Amino acid sequence: MDQLINTLLGILISVSILVLISIGLAVIFGMMKIINFAHGTFLMLGAFFTVTAVRAGLDFWPAAVLATLAMGAVGLVIERLLIRHLYGRLEATMLATFGLALILEQAAVLIWGASSTGISAPLSNFRIGRFSFSEYEVSLIAIAALLLVLTYLLFTRTRFGIMARATTQNPEMASALGINARGINMGTFACGAALAGAGGAALAPIVAVSPSMGSAYIANAFMTVVVGGPAIVTGTSISAALLGSVQHVVSDRTSIVLGALALLVLAITILRFMPEGISGRLRRTL
Amino acid sequence: MHDQRSTIKSRAWWAPALAVLAFIALALGVAACGGGGDSGGDTASSGEEIVVGSLLDATGPLNIYGKEMTNATKMAIDDINENGGVLDSKLKLVDFDTQSDDTKYTQYANQLALQEDPAVVMGGVTSASREAVRPIFDRNKILYFYNEQYEGGVCDQDTFATGVVPSQQLAALIPWAIENIGPKLYVVAAEYNYGEISADCVKKYAEEAGGTVVGTEFVPLESSDFSSVISHLQTTKPDVVVSLLVGGEHIPFYRTFNATGLNSEMKIVSPTFGLGNEQVVLPPNESKDITVAYPYIESLDNPVNKEFVKEYKARFGDGAYVTDSAVTVWNGWHIWADAVEKAGTTDREAVIDAMQDGSGISFDSPSGTVTMEPGSHHVAQDISIATTNDKHGFTVISTKENVPPAYENEVCDLVKDPSTNQQFTP
Repeated sequence: MDQLINTLLGILISVSILVLISIGLAVIFGMMKIINFAHGTFLMLGAFFTVTAVRAGLDFWPAAVLATLAMGAVGLVIERLLIRHLYGRLEATMLATFGLALILEQAAVLIWGASSTGISAPLSNFRIGRFSFSEYEVSLIAIAALLLVLTYLLFTRTRFGIMARATTQNPEMASALGINARGINMGTFACGAALAGAGGAALAPIVAVSPSMGSAYIANAFMTVVVGGPAIVTGTSISAALLGSVQHVVSDRTSIVLGALALLVLAITILRFMPEGISGRLRRTL
Repeated sequence: MHDQRSTIKSRAWWAPALAVLAFIALALGVAACGGGGDSGGDTASSGEEIVVGSLLDATGPLNIYGKEMTNATKMAIDDINENGGVLDSKLKLVDFDTQSDDTKYTQYANQLALQEDPAVVMGGVTSASREAVRPIFDRNKILYFYNEQYEGGVCDQDTFATGVVPSQQLAALIPWAIENIGPKLYVVAAEYNYGEISADCVKKYAEEAGGTVVGTEFVPLESSDFSSVISHLQTTKPDVVVSLLVGGEHIPFYRTFNATGLNSEMKIVSPTFGLGNEQVVLPPNESKDITVAYPYIESLDNPVNKEFVKEYKARFGDGAYVTDSAVTVWNGWHIWADAVEKAGTTDREAVIDAMQDGSGISFDSPSGTVTMEPGSHHVAQDISIATTNDKHGFTVISTKENVPPAYENEVCDLVKDPSTNQQFTP
């Protein structure tokens, strides 16, 4: 019984981590069709903002919220200075965001140094049978679910969200209908960046926070989003659930390397048979 | 199109002229340097500078080791130069940041070998990086020092290792853990040659001391995901977790271990914890009760060490905690310098002969006396067992003096058979 709960919680935590690292990318890549190679550095900045705020004396939770907002602001600036000029040019966004990633990573080295750092996990631990669990890691499940729900509500229930989806689907038509496409795009990109920041903030207590940490997550983030397909919330959730549970079960039964391998093999297999991703054939748009 | 052609044409015209100009400038520069040396009086008589090379990870996830090793390299070179240099010549350090990337190691090792012709190259952090560059230096007949704790067994006429090896470190730590904590061991190791060979060593020493290894798990260097390790620790319930983890990405293991509450049920011993100043990065509650074994611990009470620590902190700041790896690097440079003085030349063969002569070269290190064993090219040195304290440091429990690299001495005798070139594993 306790073994079963241990495995289930383990799977849910692995899935939540995939959701946390990919939800920001889902908005920027899945919705806006910008191949954002700087997504890993967005996660990294979110984590470093959190570490800095905690070091300055804040509690973890307000620090994480602050880091999310700060990352949204950074996203706003990046959109205005860089991304705005590149809409609709796929290759150009790839190159530009790749360069941006290099710049941000080096900037982080200059500000925080090249060494890895981190913060202690908040909360305590609890015990079920033979197993004890970190309360913080279990709370990641709730954080991931919350971010998914917020994203869903934002893009389906608010005026901004509906205009944002209209703008990304058909910018000319949206503009013709009086939507301020530039402003909306700026907002959507900032939302994506803020979500990436939230993901980084949530990871900060459980990983090594370093300027190069983004590269460890960017491949899995792209895998999750691409496998998820066009409906960003539904697709990302389903694909994270599939990839995360396979990864967890395989690494638990065999080794961590095979777990990482299983995730990639599964992603490739799914894309071979469903090139548009899991949600490609669903009649959902989000 | 026309523009392009004309650029190509003009470039073709300019290229030789530029090359000639550059050559002249270079020649003038060299002459000017030589002239400067002459007018400098003292330095002129001491001849040319001796070029030496260093390859260490100053950035990337392995810089937790490389940073202090880079510091120690600079300090050692300056110390040797301030004390008159080697054979009355100053050392000129050519160093590269290998960025925790093995391909950078091969690239810079080739560059050093082909362009600089150094008298010696020291460096390499992981065993993977050592094995990337060792063949390059062998091939180019360049003396090579590997100054870092490692899994032991390298037997190569051209290579000298000043780091602590399992027959010193694990041979002390594992029996201590079995006697003081309990007989059931679980090994968590980094997945590459260091972790795999060391995991076998742990098993060997555990069986000799009457313990058992109930499980072994390998974690890739770039992974921070320890969920399966934590879950396996809870099902196997060992007394002791032997951490052979390496690099910044593995530090979260200690956090997760603490956050899950496992530290009240089992204790960690490690031959790598602290080499990267993990006890400084982690708050004391997360690095509580972790026991290590090293030749050098910052709190060692001897006059050489007091002086060394004072100078190190004056130079690199109070925040720097002097690691075993830093002192190992310091030892490497000084043993080489002593060998060159003994040989009277920087010639590779003569320096090797000097280190293989008699009972080997001894150096008064901050960790105590270290002696380069002539046969195995490894050092005999003191070993201390120490436990983390609440001041981001270690408290020494016991020290054993002059421990030989027993396994290396047993399998490797380069005095008798200089053509040996392999890594022995238990």
